[in-house]
Amino acid sequence: MTSEIILQAIVTGLMMGLIYALIAAGLSLIFGLMDIVNFAHGEHLMLSMFSSFWLWSLFGIDPIFSIPITILLMALCGIATHYFLIRYILKAKMLIQICATFGLSIFIRSIAQLLWTPDFRNVDKPLLEGRLEIASVFIGQPQLIASIVCLVAFIGLYLFVTRTETGLALQATAQDRQAAEILGVPSNKMFAIGWAIGLGCVAVAGGMMSNYFFIFTDVGINFALFAFVAVALGGFGSIIGCLYAGIIIGLVESLGGLLIDPSFKLLYVFAIYLLVVIYRPQGLFGRY
Amino acid sequence: MKILTVENLSRAFGGIKANEDISFEAEKGKVLGVIGPNGAGKSTLFDLITGYTKPDNGKILFENKSIFGLKPDKISNLGIGRTFQKLKPFADQTLLENVMIGAFVKENNIKKARDNALEIIEFVDLIEKRHHFARELSTGQRKRLEMARAMAIKPKLLLMDEVTGGVDQKTIPGLVELIKKMRNLGVTIITIEHNINIIMEISDNILALDQGKKIAFGSPKEIQNNKKVIDAYLGTVDAA
Amino acid sequence: MNKLDIAKSEPLWNTNKNIILIISGLLFLLISLPFFGLNSFYLHLFIMIFMHAVMAQSWNVIAGFSGQISLGHGAFFGIGAYASSFFFVQYGISPWISIFIGMFFSAIVAVLIGIPMLRLSGHYFAIATLLIGISFQVVFQRWELVGAASGLWVPLTQEDSWASLQFHSSKAPYYYIFLFFLVVTFFAVWLLNRSKIGFRLRAVRDDAQAASSLCISVSNYKIIAFVISAMIMAPMGSLFGQYILIIDPDRMFNIEISIIVLLITVLGGIGNIWGPLIGAAILIPISEYSRIYLGGTGGAVDLIFYGLILMVICIFRPEGLISFVPKNILERKKQR
Repeated sequence: MTSEIILQAIVTGLMMGLIYALIAAGLSLIFGLMDIVNFAHGEHLMLSMFSSFWLWSLFGIDPIFSIPITILLMALCGIATHYFLIRYILKAKMLIQICATFGLSIFIRSIAQLLWTPDFRNVDKPLLEGRLEIASVFIGQPQLIASIVCLVAFIGLYLFVTRTETGLALQATAQDRQAAEILGVPSNKMFAIGWAIGLGCVAVAGGMMSNYFFIFTDVGINFALFAFVAVALGGFGSIIGCLYAGIIIGLVESLGGLLIDPSFKLLYVFAIYLLVVIYRPQGLFGRY
Repeated sequence: MKILTVENLSRAFGGIKANEDISFEAEKGKVLGVIGPNGAGKSTLFDLITGYTKPDNGKILFENKSIFGLKPDKISNLGIGRTFQKLKPFADQTLLENVMIGAFVKENNIKKARDNALEIIEFVDLIEKRHHFARELSTGQRKRLEMARAMAIKPKLLLMDEVTGGVDQKTIPGLVELIKKMRNLGVTIITIEHNINIIMEISDNILALDQGKKIAFGSPKEIQNNKKVIDAYLGTVDAA
Repeated sequence: MNKLDIAKSEPLWNTNKNIILIISGLLFLLISLPFFGLNSFYLHLFIMIFMHAVMAQSWNVIAGFSGQISLGHGAFFGIGAYASSFFFVQYGISPWISIFIGMFFSAIVAVLIGIPMLRLSGHYFAIATLLIGISFQVVFQRWELVGAASGLWVPLTQEDSWASLQFHSSKAPYYYIFLFFLVVTFFAVWLLNRSKIGFRLRAVRDDAQAASSLCISVSNYKIIAFVISAMIMAPMGSLFGQYILIIDPDRMFNIEISIIVLLITVLGGIGNIWGPLIGAAILIPISEYSRIYLGGTGGAVDLIFYGLILMVICIFRPEGLISFVPKNILERKKQR
């Protein structure tokens, strides 16, 4: 166990962590707005990855260039999700809300399986490929670029929510829906925007990952679980918390896999989740 | 006899000192009114006594035994009941079922528990509504539901949090009568109230709080003339 | 008589006497069905309905009657299956006895999991259960003692054997065993609902804070619900193991199990004792028939329906199908 191997694991973990952070940010935004956990978040990620794949496979568009299309598609998907499902369950009991998005996740995953089969796909020879070597640590170029893009997107999201008028309107709706309505901020529109942006985040993450990750119908499950943990760890409702939490999870997954056993990665992350929600229920930065 | 003794009770939330160094005693069989402007720490005091929040320091003695740090269900088992300011009925259950759950504390047999519950529902004059779901009841009826449910555990001490809050004027005398009836049954009552007239009418003693501290304790007459109380209340009195 | 006396003279429960007739009739019908020559497919169909009704009732106890939403309940199914099969395969203990061993183990696991989870509620709780359910599958796939990914294989007996709970010539004995467990479970849950514990569980479900002001230890009752729920689920895993004679992580800890018990209960009517039965009676046939007619694509198509039905129910009829049953069939008229 040389220090290089450990350093490698740290770098890998850090890079994955930035991607987890962006995915979690989308989830956190939606939850902060309307108190609904999107249990289909992983499936939305899977759709983004498949969008990238099909645009490449059918039309020859390289993943880097198809990202804007994927973002648009997923934003529309988000709005559709809100319009056709979410707005009917906004006032329902928590159990029903959980079941509804849970049902959505099952639906999306199994339709995907039917249409595209559970086979593993990957994008062959994308524009982004190759490895860099920095101080005896090997970093895949696609992974590096993906992490950087996700970080940039994350910062963009943060600035949007805190500095722009729409972002502040979103915050107002998140804090007090009725008060915001009285002041002229239409909740329904805000919710739709929230879904569009939330899934837009997932689109960026999925699009970038399609450069190097295997694409298959179940790929979203693990990412979703890690995103839930990240949001709980960072604190439900806190966007900045997602960044720290995502990185922690990335590091735990990577180092745990290296130092203990790679096949139990889920359990390490799960252990983090338990520790956090039991000893610090509001997470690192949470409001609740 | 002092049924409840509170000494130097304190609790802070972050930087806010919700309760600071509060001491008082409640006499058995009497009504103790608690008054104070919004944010004075009255509900926090109740939460501390009933175990929903752990005090930072101080002493709480119920019947001369310490209840500091006990969980709410243990404390209610010892004989302290409470109603909540933000009403908490079991919404999807009927009035009867709500009160029965209280009755089960003292009675294991379902039929007997049901009959006991009915008697208390009669006592609060809601017997016609016994099969109505709690969510169908009006605010005043829900307040009575909470009182009935808390009474069903046959408490020695009953803490009531703003029973007349949000209730329309004509319902209030009925609620006041109810409090007096309960006191006459031997239950010690501590009640938080915003309505000064009611407090003056039913209390044997009054505890006045402001900004987390106790500012006065005494008979209604003494409190009425207490300068600190008058200062604290300028502009916030609900002189109905 | 004054109003109080009238109220006291009312019967405790307002179940319509007709319900007893309906249930007896249904039971009689179910018991005699195999004698009318049901073929193997239909026997299988009913067995699946019975089994899933009990599994869903298990979820109903924890989610509907005590308000804790579990998305990983399949774990107890797997624990029951593995525990009982392990003791049968390794030590030859009769399945009839090892079913109880399975129940015992799942009760223990329920307590061990339940205690740390006491601090969680709502979304946090649901996510934790999801993680737990998947973790069990991961662990059992690698646990050598119970066969890792290949699992346990129940030794086949040549002939039908009641002692080994194994039947090859006909599915009818399985039918009756599952029916028996169905009746026993539903009766037990019916008793639970009418007991002091049942009342207190509903209080914990509706408002935990208020419940604790009424001398109810919320923690204790949450664990009680967990344990009861686990002990209802476990025998189904054990019996299923004896039915398909192979116990592996993919079959026994599949997330589909967690999904379907949730779906059946919500479809039928959560919080109502008949919800699981109605949901199973409707969903299982749909599932089995779609497996046949939409053949090769098999598994995925089931799930498409599940997801769709779940969403539709949540939007249009969250109280479940039982809300379509007119009130006066289930209840006597109450004095309002």
